[in-house]
Amino acid sequence: MEEKTRIFDEHDFDPIPEQDRHTDTVARQSTSYLKDVWRSFCKRKTALVSLVVMAVILLLVLIGPEISGYDYYSNDYTAINQPPSAAHWFGTDSLGRDLWTRVWMGGRVSLLIAILATIIPYTIGMIVGGISGYFGGKLDQFIMRAIDVLMGIPQLIYMILLMVIMGSGNIWTLVIAMSITGWMSAARSTRGLVLQLRNRDFVVASETLGASPARLIAKHLLPNTMGILVVGMAMMIPSVIYSEAFLSYIGLGITPPNPSWGQLIKTASETFRYYPYQFIIPCIFISITMLCCNLIGDGLRDALDPKLRA
Amino acid sequence: MSSNEVILELKDLKTWFKVEAGTLKAVNGVDLTIHKGETLGLVGESGCGKSTLGRTIMRLYKPDGGQVLYKGKDIWKYKKPEIKTFRKEVQMIFQDPYASLDPLNIVHDVVEEGMKIHKLYPEKEAREKRILELLNMVGLNQEHEYRFPHEFSGGQRQRVGIARALSVEPELIVCDEPISALDVSIQAQVVNLLKDLQKKLGLSYLFITHDLSMVKYISDRIAVMYLGGIVELAESQELFDHTMHPYTKALMSAIPIADPDVEQKRRRILLSGDVPSPVNLEAGCAFCKRCGQAKDKCRKERPKLTQVRPGHFVACHFAGE
Amino acid sequence: MEKNKILEVKDLKVTFHTYAGNVQAVRGVSWYLNEKETIAIVGESGCGKTVSIQTVIGLNSSRTTDIQGQVLFEGKDLVKEDMKEIRKLQGDKMSIIFQDPFTFLNPTMTVGKQIMEAYREHRKVTKKEAKERTIEILKLISLPDPEKNMKRYPHQLSGGMRQRIMVAMALICDPKLLFADEPTTALDVTIQAQIVDLMKELKTKIDTSIVLITHDMGVVANMAERIYVMYAGQIVEHGEAREIFYNPKHPYTKALLESVPRMDNRSDTPLSSIPGTPPDLIAPPVGCAFAERCPHAMNICRKEQPAYQNFGGEHIAACWLHHPECQKRLSLRRDEHEQQ
Repeated sequence: MEEKTRIFDEHDFDPIPEQDRHTDTVARQSTSYLKDVWRSFCKRKTALVSLVVMAVILLLVLIGPEISGYDYYSNDYTAINQPPSAAHWFGTDSLGRDLWTRVWMGGRVSLLIAILATIIPYTIGMIVGGISGYFGGKLDQFIMRAIDVLMGIPQLIYMILLMVIMGSGNIWTLVIAMSITGWMSAARSTRGLVLQLRNRDFVVASETLGASPARLIAKHLLPNTMGILVVGMAMMIPSVIYSEAFLSYIGLGITPPNPSWGQLIKTASETFRYYPYQFIIPCIFISITMLCCNLIGDGLRDALDPKLRA
Repeated sequence: MSSNEVILELKDLKTWFKVEAGTLKAVNGVDLTIHKGETLGLVGESGCGKSTLGRTIMRLYKPDGGQVLYKGKDIWKYKKPEIKTFRKEVQMIFQDPYASLDPLNIVHDVVEEGMKIHKLYPEKEAREKRILELLNMVGLNQEHEYRFPHEFSGGQRQRVGIARALSVEPELIVCDEPISALDVSIQAQVVNLLKDLQKKLGLSYLFITHDLSMVKYISDRIAVMYLGGIVELAESQELFDHTMHPYTKALMSAIPIADPDVEQKRRRILLSGDVPSPVNLEAGCAFCKRCGQAKDKCRKERPKLTQVRPGHFVACHFAGE
Repeated sequence: MEKNKILEVKDLKVTFHTYAGNVQAVRGVSWYLNEKETIAIVGESGCGKTVSIQTVIGLNSSRTTDIQGQVLFEGKDLVKEDMKEIRKLQGDKMSIIFQDPFTFLNPTMTVGKQIMEAYREHRKVTKKEAKERTIEILKLISLPDPEKNMKRYPHQLSGGMRQRIMVAMALICDPKLLFADEPTTALDVTIQAQIVDLMKELKTKIDTSIVLITHDMGVVANMAERIYVMYAGQIVEHGEAREIFYNPKHPYTKALLESVPRMDNRSDTPLSSIPGTPPDLIAPPVGCAFAERCPHAMNICRKEQPAYQNFGGEHIAACWLHHPECQKRLSLRRDEHEQQ
C-alpha cells in the first residue's frame, strides 16, 4: 500500500490548540441586499437594455435642446414644415420651430410630470397605507372605505376642477391632479404589504424591544416593502406619461407654446396626412419610454423576488 | 439558584380568539409563577396554546380573562413609562431564526436597536464596545458584526437573536421554541449558552418547547400544557421520576431514545388520534378522548390542578392512584 | 444469505451554480442499499443528505446543477438516464415521503383522488379498481374511517393524518424503494411515534427497502440497520447501526451522539455540544471539513482530507486520528509520558 511508504511531517499529528480553531468562520463574501438585487437585475438582458435606452433618453432630454442651436419657441417662417434634414434633425413644425428641440423640451415636461406624479402620490400612499396597515382596526376600516369612495370619482373631474382654480396649462395642475387620484392605489398596496409583514417575527421582535409605531413603520415595515413599491413606481410611470399625453391631447393638459409629448402629438395630428414625421417622432419616444419603464419594472420585480432568484 | 421572589405571576389567564367556527380557547385558565433566576419549562404539542401564552405574557395579545402580574403589577394596567420599563426588562427569543431577523439589517444594527430605543450607552464609543461585548458573549465576533442575516447559519442567527434580547439587559426572557428549528448539535449549543448566560446575568426564563428531553436540561420546574390548560407542574427531576398525568406519561414514552437496544425493546404508550381542536371545547377533562383511563367523571368535570406530592401539581381526577 | 444490492450510489458529486458561487453540496458520496433493508443517512441540515437523495430520484436536474458520479438501479445508471425514464420510476418503483406533507399535497383535490391519480399514473386500472386499492391502502396505514376521510381536502386533515396520506401515496404502487426525507420532523412527538411504528410495520408487510434521511438519532435507533453519517457533503462514517451507536469512531459521530439529550441523565450535567457552525460549501476546506470544530483536530487535518480507515466488517470512518501513523505517534507520546 502506498500509505505505508508515505512520510509525514513531524508536526502533522500535533493537536491544534483550542483557541486557534476558527469554529464560526463565514466563508461567503459579504454582499448587501442592493448589490444582490443589482446582480440579479443585470442577468435579465431585456431589463438591462431598457435601462440603457432609458438612460440615453434621459440624457438627450437633458442636453438635447442645448446642442441643436435652436430654442423651442422661436418661429422661423422661412422654414416651416420641413422634413428632417442636416439643419433640423427632426424637421420643423407648422410654425417653423425646430422639432428636435421641441421633442426633447417636451420630454422634459412629460418626464418631469411622470416622475413627480409618481413619487408624490407614492409618498402619500405609503404613509397612509403604512398607518392603516400597522394600526388596523377601525382606523384601517375608515381609511379603506374612504379610498373606495374616492376612487369612484373619475380623474377628469379633479382635472377640470383644478383647472378652474389653478388655471390650465400648468405642470402643477397636472401633477396635483394625478397625485390626488394616484395615492390611493399606492396606499392600498402598501397596506397589503404592511399587513403581511406586521406579524413577522422580526417586527414583533422590534416591538418587544419597545420600538414606537413610527420607528417600526419607518425602520422595518417600509424598508421591507420598498422593493415591491419601487416596482410599482416603475410600472406607474408609463401610465402617468400616457395620462399626460391623453390629457394634453384633449386640451386639458399642457398648452402651447410649451411642448410636451402629448401636446406635440396633438398639434401634429392635425396635419398628420401631410407631415407624418411630426406625429410619428414624439409617438416613438412615448412608446419607447413606456415600454422601457415597464420592462425595467418587470426586471426589478424579478430581481427583488427571492423565490425567482437563482 | 432561584430565589423565592416572584418575578411573574399568571392568574387564571385566558386568551381566546374568535374564529369562524366559534371561540378558540388557546389559553384557558392558566395559573403559573416564575421566580427570579428560575427557568420554567413549558412543554406541549403544537396547538396547545403555549406560544399564545408566551405572547400574552409579552403583552402582544390582550387576555380575555385573568391577569399577568409582572413584579406584582398587572401589565395591562401599566401607564406609558411603565410599559417602556416592561419592554426593557422582559425580552423574547423566537422560534424561527430566519424570520426573526430583519433581512435588511446588519447584525450590528440588530443588536443596537434596543440600546437606541432605551437610550442605553448613549455615547457611540461605549455603545460600539458593548455591541461587540454582547456578540462575544454569544460566541460571535467582529467578523460577524457587519454582515447580513442571510449570510449566517440557523444557529448563528439564533445567537444573534439572543444577543438582541440581551442588549437591553432584561431580567426575564420568554424563549418561544428557541431550539426547535435547529439541528441537534446546535440545539445543545444554544441550550448551554442560555444556561451560561443565566448563571452570569441572573436571568429568569420561560422556556417554551415541545421537546421534553431538551427542556429537562435547562428547566428548574416544568409545566406540561394540553389544550390551553396546565395538566402537570413539578420540579424537573420530580416530573421525570414520578410522572403522574397520563398525557405526560404518553409524551415521555414517545420521546425517541438514541440507543437501538433501548429503543427497540421499550414499550410505548401510544396515544390514539390527534389533539382535538381547541375550538368550542367541551366540558370535562380536555385529555379524556385520548386517555386510556378515562372514566365517566372525566367526561363531565374538568379536573383542577392540585398538589399531589410536595411541589408536584397534577390536573387529573385519578392522579396518585 | 446473499444480499442483493438494490441501489448503489458511486462517488456522487452535486454542485449548484448560484449567484454567490458554486456550492458543492455533495462532494463524492458512495453508498448502497440492500434488498429489504433500512438504512439511514444522518447529518445536520446543509450536510447534503437531502440533496443526494433528490439527485437519486431525479429531482435535481436543471441547468444550474452539475451532477457527477453514478446511481445504479436495476442495472441502469440514473444519472445518465432520460428524465422520462426516471419519471416512470418515480412513484412506481421508487417513491419518497417528504418532511412537510402540506406543501406536497394539492390543496384543491381530495386526498383520495390524489392517491388514486398516483396509482393510475403507473398502472392501467379502471377507476373502480383504483378506488378499491386506495381504500385498501388507507386501511393499511390505519387511517380511521377511510371512505369518509378520502373525500376530504388536505387542509381538513391534521398533520399526522396528512403524513399518513403521504405514506399511502408513496406505497400505493408497492415500490421497491422508499425514501423518507425527515418524515417525522414536522410532527409532534406523539404523532412521530405513530408514524415511525407505522413505517416499521409496513416494511415487514410489503417488503420495501427504505432510505431514511433524518437528523433525529432516536428515529434512527428505532429503524435503521445500517447508518451513513454525512458531514459537509461527505460521508464521514458508515457501519452497522449498533456499531455506530455503541462504537463510534469519527469525532463528529461521537459529538452528534453525545449532543442528543438522554432521559436518564441528571439535568445538572451540561449537554455536550459541537461548537461553531458547519463550513460553507461554497468554499469547502482543503482538509477535513470537521477540523475546525473537532476537539481532536491536528495540523494535518487542516492540510489534507483523511482516507477511510476500516474497523472490521463494514465499519469505516474518515479521520486522521485512526491513521496508523497517528496511532503510532500517539502511543509513542503516551510512552514518553509514562517514562517521565
